[in-house]
Amino acid sequence: MTKEEIISQGTLAYKKPTLLNDTQMHYCPGCSHGVVHKLVAEVIEEMGMEDKALGISPVGCAVFIYKYIDIDWEEAAHGRAPALATAMKRLWNDRLVFTYQGDGDLACIGTGETIHALNRGENITIIFINNAIYGMTGGQMAPTTLMGMKTSTSPFGRDAKLHGYPLHITEIAATLEGTAYVSRQSVESVAAIRKAKKAIRKAFDYSMAGKGSNLVEIVSTCNSGWKMSPEKANEWMKENMFDYYPKGDLKDIGAE
Amino acid sequence: MAKIRGTIVVNTERCKGCNLCVVACPVHIITLQKEVNRKGYNYAQLINEEACIGCASCATVCPDGCIEVYKIKMDK
Repeated sequence: MTKEEIISQGTLAYKKPTLLNDTQMHYCPGCSHGVVHKLVAEVIEEMGMEDKALGISPVGCAVFIYKYIDIDWEEAAHGRAPALATAMKRLWNDRLVFTYQGDGDLACIGTGETIHALNRGENITIIFINNAIYGMTGGQMAPTTLMGMKTSTSPFGRDAKLHGYPLHITEIAATLEGTAYVSRQSVESVAAIRKAKKAIRKAFDYSMAGKGSNLVEIVSTCNSGWKMSPEKANEWMKENMFDYYPKGDLKDIGAE
Repeated sequence: MAKIRGTIVVNTERCKGCNLCVVACPVHIITLQKEVNRKGYNYAQLINEEACIGCASCATVCPDGCIEVYKIKMDK
């Protein structure tokens, strides 16, 4: 049986979600952002919320997410996405409101907005891409940078005396009363990607059911910033990041 | 026993040659080509049409959504 026959007689097993349009993404080859974009688009399609989804894009590499996923988007000032999402959800309660933020945006510049929006129990979802550095601006140290990790602004490695300790924003979120679902996932393998998709779906479902605020952290790679090939970056993440940022559900009010 | 045959279609112009599909393929039948696309990347291609099982691992991990997967059940 030839390739053409399989295509014409067989079934389509996988294709990129139609919400993810054909615009060429500006991300570096192998960037985790692309996979998470696909998951977000797939989940919105599965929920049938194409016309009612409203995303808030961050400042960071994902700033152009509005060019790639065909739903309504708003662009927030640096770190202020949860504040904007709060306003949008309160004004349009029937919308699926979510933010998509990196670690520099969410855990550094917008720490206040993030924690207070989660603590107020706003019915929004925050998707948090944690690659341990400031990817877009050239790989500077972020609050989430691992101890001893070399970045362009900590060339001798992160030192606790000089730079303090990594910020575990997801653990903090799990202790807040306003949160409904807090989870940490990754997207380096097929199994991990399936789990991450389920987590995003659950967070979106909870926010639409009005159960509270939701945070899904995706431990990600930044192969350009880490100066590695995409596959090496995945290996490095598995070896180093998961010790600091263990995966799994940290809080799920539906499971109790 | 029913055998499943699969095949993939790579959007070679969208592909950035990140090699993640090559690593993810359980039957190791995807490689990066020597030729480059318009962006200058060595794009991914299927090298053994017979061996593809249509598992969609490559397409799932592809960050740019460049891969479409088709599969069919064969009798015998």
